[in-house]
Amino acid sequence: MQKSRSDRLFYTMIYLLTILAVVVTLYPFLYVVSISFSSVDAIDKQKVMLWPVGFTFSGYKMVLQYRELWVSFYNTLWYTVVGTLLNIVATCLAAFPLSRQKFFLRRRLNFFIAFTMYFSGGLIPVYMLITSLGLYNTRWVMVLPVLVITFNVMICRSAFEGIPNEIFESASIDGANELTMLYRLAVPIIKPTLAVLTLYYAVFHWNNFFSALLYLGKQDMQPLQMFLRRVLIMASPEVMQKMGGTMTSGALAVSTLQVRYVSIVVSILPIVTIYPFIQRYFVKGITLGAVKG
Amino acid sequence: MCFKVKKRISTLVHLVKRDKYLLLMFAPIFLYYVIFMYIPMPGILLAFRNFMPGQGMFSGEWVGLKWFDQFVNSIYFWRLLRNTFLLAFLPLLFGFPIPILFAVCIVEIKNRTFKRFAQTVTYLPHFISTVVVAGMIINFLSPTDGIVNTLIAKLGMEKVNFMMDASWFRTIFTSSDIWQSFGFSSIIYIAAIMGIDQEMYDSGKIDGVNKFQELWHLTLPSIKPTIVILLLLSLGGIMSVGFEKVYLLYNGATYETADVLSTYVYRMGIEGQNYGFATAVGLFNSIITFILVFAANTMTRRLTKMSLW
Repeated sequence: MQKSRSDRLFYTMIYLLTILAVVVTLYPFLYVVSISFSSVDAIDKQKVMLWPVGFTFSGYKMVLQYRELWVSFYNTLWYTVVGTLLNIVATCLAAFPLSRQKFFLRRRLNFFIAFTMYFSGGLIPVYMLITSLGLYNTRWVMVLPVLVITFNVMICRSAFEGIPNEIFESASIDGANELTMLYRLAVPIIKPTLAVLTLYYAVFHWNNFFSALLYLGKQDMQPLQMFLRRVLIMASPEVMQKMGGTMTSGALAVSTLQVRYVSIVVSILPIVTIYPFIQRYFVKGITLGAVKG
Repeated sequence: MCFKVKKRISTLVHLVKRDKYLLLMFAPIFLYYVIFMYIPMPGILLAFRNFMPGQGMFSGEWVGLKWFDQFVNSIYFWRLLRNTFLLAFLPLLFGFPIPILFAVCIVEIKNRTFKRFAQTVTYLPHFISTVVVAGMIINFLSPTDGIVNTLIAKLGMEKVNFMMDASWFRTIFTSSDIWQSFGFSSIIYIAAIMGIDQEMYDSGKIDGVNKFQELWHLTLPSIKPTIVILLLLSLGGIMSVGFEKVYLLYNGATYETADVLSTYVYRMGIEGQNYGFATAVGLFNSIITFILVFAANTMTRRLTKMSLW
């Protein structure tokens, strides 16, 4: 079939817009990476626009030997692993009973959790509760107050509901109780959904900054995001001084700029590395979420 | 009567026995919701009390609407209301159509490699933390060594101190918001377009419809339900402007256009220890949100016969 002129115009526009979108999203990242690998001299003369100029690892050497970075990195890893693990276990424990048609409290408990999506005490009462529970400045404050996210429980519940009841009936004839059914039957069946939820929870914990800002005053418990805030946003002179060591003030100014860009790269590296492996779940995940939206 | 009660109790005992494993499973979750969600709820009464630090959450004399009165009559009231509304509304106004447009582009692109590449790249900002995004913005816009000002200087123009200039805040906030979200938001529209019955397009082609007409008369009307539902959801969230990004980007010099209700609650409550007052401002925000969700829902139900409830 011959393409008309307006169709050619249509496709040209489509491609131009997509290229524009790609450039706009990609360029900032490329620039950050380029600065992080460029020589201090090239950065100072503002020669870096696209690719690294005067390729060097010196910025990375400076940042990676900084103890506080590793401490906060470890903390974030701890919060993400422990938090996500607890989230997934708790989400299954919450969603399975709520999905069982025969469960006599099903309706009431569904309302019991859904209600919290529309009404809450608000920031101050929650803050007062958490401090009075003695959770302030403990590791558990990053994990326990977000044991489950109600919306995710509902996604998990509808996945469980999708399993034909006959499977459970025949298991129960074989003498399985509900705990075994959950563990041996239901969880393996909804693995794809659990993968998506794991992704959501893990990204949440990795990026969680708000809880740390509110409840973690101690620096050696703070996550990566709090460290990044000190380096990137407050440009804390103390941090910069420590990293820069005995440099002259001019060189220090430029290298602190590089320190900031290196820190960005180091902090998003884990996500960018895992990203290609989890990308295929995105579409599934977001459509799962939208069904119950 | 006595018989009825007895019967009820025995059915209950029977049900509890039958579902004991399900109850056991849910028990820790129940405890979680009670402690972290339900116990703070009555704390909202702080908004009507004169709370004294060092005392319990439910202490202090009743002061009625004193805190609300103080807030509504303060010089910050209109500023906070305007900023909260604008910082929620502007990204919605400019950001809502873009994922739809981008989804149309992605679906129409025939080259598979380029298509996947474009999707991979544009989803990425969604997974980057707000701290890093704010850090990138601040460093790119820095008056001394930011790339944006370097370019401005190279073009022979005057450098701008973006982050310290209140008139720039809304632009920065809105455009970075679109940058962060358009790719990921487009996924749901891509799925919706892929779900359209292919036969419609085939019959359209027989009638000699060109690509623009196809888009306007076939694709967009077909995904209208998705568009309406998503618009509705985002209208509902209009007053809950993300605390984090405003908090990380603003400073004393830009409060005038940047300070929103949630950041104000944080400053007054957590930093200033004005628990009663801050709770009242928070409650005020929730009430407005509720009214907006309700209004948006009623409006769209009238216009399109679709609604969330």
